[in-house]
Amino acid sequence: MNTDELHDLISEVLSGIAPEADPSAIDPTEDLRDELDLDSMDELNMITRVSERLRIDIPERDYPQMRSLDGAVSYLARRLATHA
Amino acid sequence: MPALGAGMDVGRIVEWYVKPGDRVERGDIIALVETDKANIDVEVFESGVVEELLVEEGTRVPIGTPVALIAPEEDAEPTPSAPPEVAAPTEISDDQTPEEPVTPSEAIPQPARAPEPTTEVVDQHPFVTSPLVRKQAAETGVDLTRVRGTGPEGLITRRDVAEAASAQAPDRPHITGDGTRPRAVEVTPPPTAVPSSPFARRLAAERGVDLTAIAGTGPGGSRVARDIPAATVRQVDAAVTPEASATVPPTAEPAAASSAEERALVMRQAIARAMEQANREIPHYHLGETVDVEDTLVWVAERNADRPPTERILPAALVLKATALALTRYPDLNGYWIDDGFRPGEGIHLGVAINLRRGGLLAPAIRDADQRSLDELMQALKDLVERTRAGGLRGSELTDPTITVSNLGDTGVESIHGVISPPQVALVGVGRITERPWVVDGTVAVRRTLFLSLAGDHRASDGHRGGRFLSTIATNLTRPETL
Repeated sequence: MNTDELHDLISEVLSGIAPEADPSAIDPTEDLRDELDLDSMDELNMITRVSERLRIDIPERDYPQMRSLDGAVSYLARRLATHA
Repeated sequence: MPALGAGMDVGRIVEWYVKPGDRVERGDIIALVETDKANIDVEVFESGVVEELLVEEGTRVPIGTPVALIAPEEDAEPTPSAPPEVAAPTEISDDQTPEEPVTPSEAIPQPARAPEPTTEVVDQHPFVTSPLVRKQAAETGVDLTRVRGTGPEGLITRRDVAEAASAQAPDRPHITGDGTRPRAVEVTPPPTAVPSSPFARRLAAERGVDLTAIAGTGPGGSRVARDIPAATVRQVDAAVTPEASATVPPTAEPAAASSAEERALVMRQAIARAMEQANREIPHYHLGETVDVEDTLVWVAERNADRPPTERILPAALVLKATALALTRYPDLNGYWIDDGFRPGEGIHLGVAINLRRGGLLAPAIRDADQRSLDELMQALKDLVERTRAGGLRGSELTDPTITVSNLGDTGVESIHGVISPPQVALVGVGRITERPWVVDGTVAVRRTLFLSLAGDHRASDGHRGGRFLSTIATNLTRPETL
């Protein structure tokens, strides 16, 4: 899965969690929790869904790397590469 | 129509899930009701057989209005001590109860006959009485000592007050009905010449509609939003996306508040009513305590490390458990202030304040939180958040809370000084987890801390007692292995 596909997957998951938000309006370098007004439950749901879609574990200690859209894409790309 | 939380005046039956002849068990979901805040699954409070649905789908009625008749399942003796609120024997005798075929002679109206074994389905909830009713009485100038209560155990209902108010104002048309149906009684008449809902008045002003020139279809003939004719330019509807329009459930008539904007407004108004009441009636005291949760969070991290995301817990679950356990020691913070007295809650049901993404909030209950494990609490919390935002809350979940926990930490603020949700007597606030310099064993260390607050009802408890309660929550939080 390339970075564009990862980007789309995360955007799709996020639009399920914050349906009223416009994914294209997200600043990809900013904290998603601020950009989309996510609480800790939303964050956990996002991690859960991404992890299930990609069939990889995302340990809690890695959450900080998932905080921005760009950060999440590059983290997941690395994670998938080491998995493969 | 049950009161599904503070600030609710009317509810609209969106859909009946049962029909006459259906057997229902106490707790079964029988209808979907639209309140100002959400669509709620409403449960039946008694077991029996549905005899008649009194309110059609799509109709809005004031709380306290009987919406259905339930005949007790057994051939129970009539209970003269609890006459049906509005069901006159004449009407009931005409209907054959499924288990007791009525002979023609019995079907003749016999007003002197003892009440049929038919009782009001909903609104056994005692909380619709006091504060709201007192407020209503004060606003309409009704002397409660002169009103005869027709509610359970002779409690005075809003209807009783509305009727008394109508009787006092002979020039206002009194809607009596035929005595066999729930009467459309206006609740808390607004101080305008024409009965109308606040939202209808706003729409009328926006669209240049004269409220006196149109007919009202709301409770007591009041003008509600749907009565206001569309203006030439409908800004409100123009903002509705096609998807939003498509999600409006098909009902007998258009929903009074269909667009997201309208929903947000009525939600705001419902919160406004509840909070006005809270600040008018509840003498709040506020306490706060900063807790070192570093060790607790390390404990949580270790616990979550080996688990998949679905089984991980959030610190919020620990706060809920710590609060619930503290309440077992301080039951005077767990319950309701009703009619100048404290009524302890039956069980510890934590109302969890959940913000809705489109604005507003609800605080449904996690029942018996003290008896649940952390994992169970976490699953309950997850489920509750999801259903609060996506739909599927049950009516009892909104009326059950015996205390509220409000976690604003996720929004990034350190502290919250809350407003109690009447008739509850306390609200526990949770702030953001913050790194601070903190003295540990005589030296300064960097520790993660949490600010806990308590808003207490000074009628029900004092600051000393509230302080001990809050300290107990804090102590519980520092001992996660005991939670």
